[in-house]
Amino acid sequence: MQPILRLFMVKNTSDLARLGVILALAGLILFGALRYDNFLSPYNILSFLRYNSMFALIALGMAFVIITGGIDLSVGGTAAMASVVAALLSPYHWAAGLVGGMAAGLAVGALNGFIITKMRIQPFIATLATMLAAYGTGLLMANNQSVSVSYDTGFTVIGQDDFLGFPIPAWIALAAYVLGWIVLEKLPIGRHILAIGDGEATAGLMGLKVERALTGVYLASGTLAGLAGVILASQFGAGQPTEGVGWELFAIASVVVGGTLLSGGSGSVGATLAGALLLAMVFNILNFENGLGWISLSAYWQSVIRGAFLLVVVVLQAKLMARHRSA
Amino acid sequence: MTTIETPAPQPSGALSSGSRLMTLAGRYGTFVAFLALILFNVAVTPNFLSLQTLNVNLTQVATIVIVATGMTLVIATGGIDLSVGSLMAIAGALAPMIFMGQFWQVESMGFAVALAFLLPVVVAGLFGLFNGFLVTRFSIQPIIATLVLFIAGRGIAQVMTNGNLQVFKNAGFQFIALGRIAGIPAQVLLMIVIVAAAWAMIRYTVIGRQIIAVGGNEKAARLAGIPVKRVKLFVYMLSGALAGVAGLIVVARNSASDANLVGLGMELDAIAAVAVGGTLLTGGRANIVGTVLGALVIQLVRYTLLANGVPDAAALIVKAGLIITAVFIQQRAGRH
Repeated sequence: MQPILRLFMVKNTSDLARLGVILALAGLILFGALRYDNFLSPYNILSFLRYNSMFALIALGMAFVIITGGIDLSVGGTAAMASVVAALLSPYHWAAGLVGGMAAGLAVGALNGFIITKMRIQPFIATLATMLAAYGTGLLMANNQSVSVSYDTGFTVIGQDDFLGFPIPAWIALAAYVLGWIVLEKLPIGRHILAIGDGEATAGLMGLKVERALTGVYLASGTLAGLAGVILASQFGAGQPTEGVGWELFAIASVVVGGTLLSGGSGSVGATLAGALLLAMVFNILNFENGLGWISLSAYWQSVIRGAFLLVVVVLQAKLMARHRSA
Repeated sequence: MTTIETPAPQPSGALSSGSRLMTLAGRYGTFVAFLALILFNVAVTPNFLSLQTLNVNLTQVATIVIVATGMTLVIATGGIDLSVGSLMAIAGALAPMIFMGQFWQVESMGFAVALAFLLPVVVAGLFGLFNGFLVTRFSIQPIIATLVLFIAGRGIAQVMTNGNLQVFKNAGFQFIALGRIAGIPAQVLLMIVIVAAAWAMIRYTVIGRQIIAVGGNEKAARLAGIPVKRVKLFVYMLSGALAGVAGLIVVARNSASDANLVGLGMELDAIAAVAVGGTLLTGGRANIVGTVLGALVIQLVRYTLLANGVPDAAALIVKAGLIITAVFIQQRAGRH
C-alpha cells in the first residue's frame, strides 16, 4: 500500500482524502461512460459544464474562506443580488453587467471582511447577517420580481455561448481555478492563508498580516459569488433575487468532499473542483439512470444521495483523522 | 435603524463608565430593545394594543421560539444544528400521511391523530440522535455533521411525499395550531410550556448544569466525570424533537404539508434568535429567556416595519443590522 500511495504523492491523511475524491470522480465518470450511451456525448459534457460552473466558482471562494478557518454563508444571497445588478446594468453594455455584478459581490465581501476583522464577530454570524442583507438589497432593487436581461448588448453571450468549443462559463471557472491554484500554492499570500487557518494568533505573532489576508479571502469569495450571479443572469436571461437559497451549504459540502477540513489550515484548489463536480455528477447520473427506464428515481433523490455522499466522506475523513492521531 | 441602544463613544478618561454601559447594554439590551419596540408601536402603529396583534405576533413567533429553544441548548454545548428546517419538513410530511391512512388503514381517528402527534416527533428526535451520534462517535464538527441531514432530510421528506402538496382537514390534529385554550392559541401555550421546561431544566436539573459545563470547557467537564457524549446526544435529540413539534404546528396551521417549503430557512432564523438573545455561539451559556426575547425582537421589528409600510425586503436588511449590532454589543460586554 505504502509505495502505491507514494506514487500518488500522498504524504498525509488529507492528501489521501483528496486522492479519494479524485478517484471517486474518476470512478463515477467511468461508471457513467460504461452504463449510458450518451454520457460522454459533447452535448451532455458541455451542458454539464455550462450549468455547474456557477457552483464551481462559489465552491472555490468557499475553499479559501474555509482554509482560513472561517465560513461564508452569504454567497447564495450575494449571487442572487449580483444577478439582479447585472441584469439591471446589462442594457448599457455587456461589460457593465459583468463588472457591476462582480462589484456587487466585492462589496458584500468587503462588508464581511470589515465585520469579521474589525468588529471581531464570528464569520458564521457575520455572513449569516450579510446573507440576509444581500437578499434584502437584491429584492429591493428588483422590486421582488425577476429582472429580464437585455438581449441586445451581448450580455447573454457570457452564460450561453461557447469559445473554442467550450462554454464560456467553463472557461471562466477554469481561469478562476488556475488563478486560485497559483495564489494558494505559489504565492506568499497562499502560505499566509494556510498559516492563519492553522492558528490565527500564531500567524499574527509570526508577523503575518492576518487582517489583510482574512479580508482578502472574503473579498475573493464575494467577488466569485458575484461572478456566479452574473453567469446566472446571463444563462437564464434574468436576474433572480430569490435564487441561491442553500447554495452556501452545497458549496461547503463541495469543499468538505474535496478533503478540505473545516477546521482550516489545509486544503486544495484542485480537490475542491473535484468535490464540486462529484456532487453535481450525482445529479447527472441520476438523470441518465431515469432515462434508462429501469427505475424511476424522482429528482428529490438527488438531495438524499448527495447527503449520503457527504456522510460517507465525512465519516471516512473522521476515521482517517482518528487513525492519524493515534499513529 | 436598529433599536438597540448603542452607547455613544465616550471621551477618553470615561472608559470605565463606557465599558459599564456596554455591560449593561449586553445584559439588558435585548430587553430594552423589546420594550422600545413596544413603546414605539403603541405610539405609532394604529391598533397595536389589541388582542389580535398580540395573537398574530405570538403565533408567528411560536415555531421559531420552539426550534430556537432546542438550538440554544445545542449551542450551549458549543455545537450547532443546521438540520432543524429539514427535520421540520420530515415531521410535517409524516403526520398527514399517518392520519390520512397512507401507511395503514385508519380505524380510530382519535388513535391515528395521537400517533400523528407522537410518531413524527419521535422520528425527528431519532434523526437528531443521529446528528449527535455523528458529533460524538466520529468527532465530526457539528456544522458538517448536521449539514448531512440539512441536505438529505428535505430530500427524504420530498421522496416520502413525492414532492406533492398534502392538503387535509382534520380538526383534531389541527388543534395544535388553530385551537385555543382559554382564548390563548394552543401553539402559543405549547411554546410557553416548552420554554418554561427548558428554562427550569437549565436552572434546576443536573443535566442542565452538565450542558453548560460541556460547552464551557469540554475537557474539564470530562475530567469532572460528566458524561459528555451522553449530554451531547441528548441536546441534539431534543433539538430534533422540538423541530418535529414545530413542523407539526406549521403544517397544521396551513392545512397542508409542502415538503419543499416547511421549515425552509428555519435554521438561520433560530440561530439569529439565539444570537440576538445573548447566547454566544462559543458555548457555555444558555440564555433561554434571552432567546425568546431575541425571537420576539426580530418578529416585532419585522411587524413594525410591515405595519408602517416598509417592504419586507428592507426588513431583511434591518434584521441583518440587528444581528450584527446585538452580537457586537454582547461580545464587548462579555469582554469587560
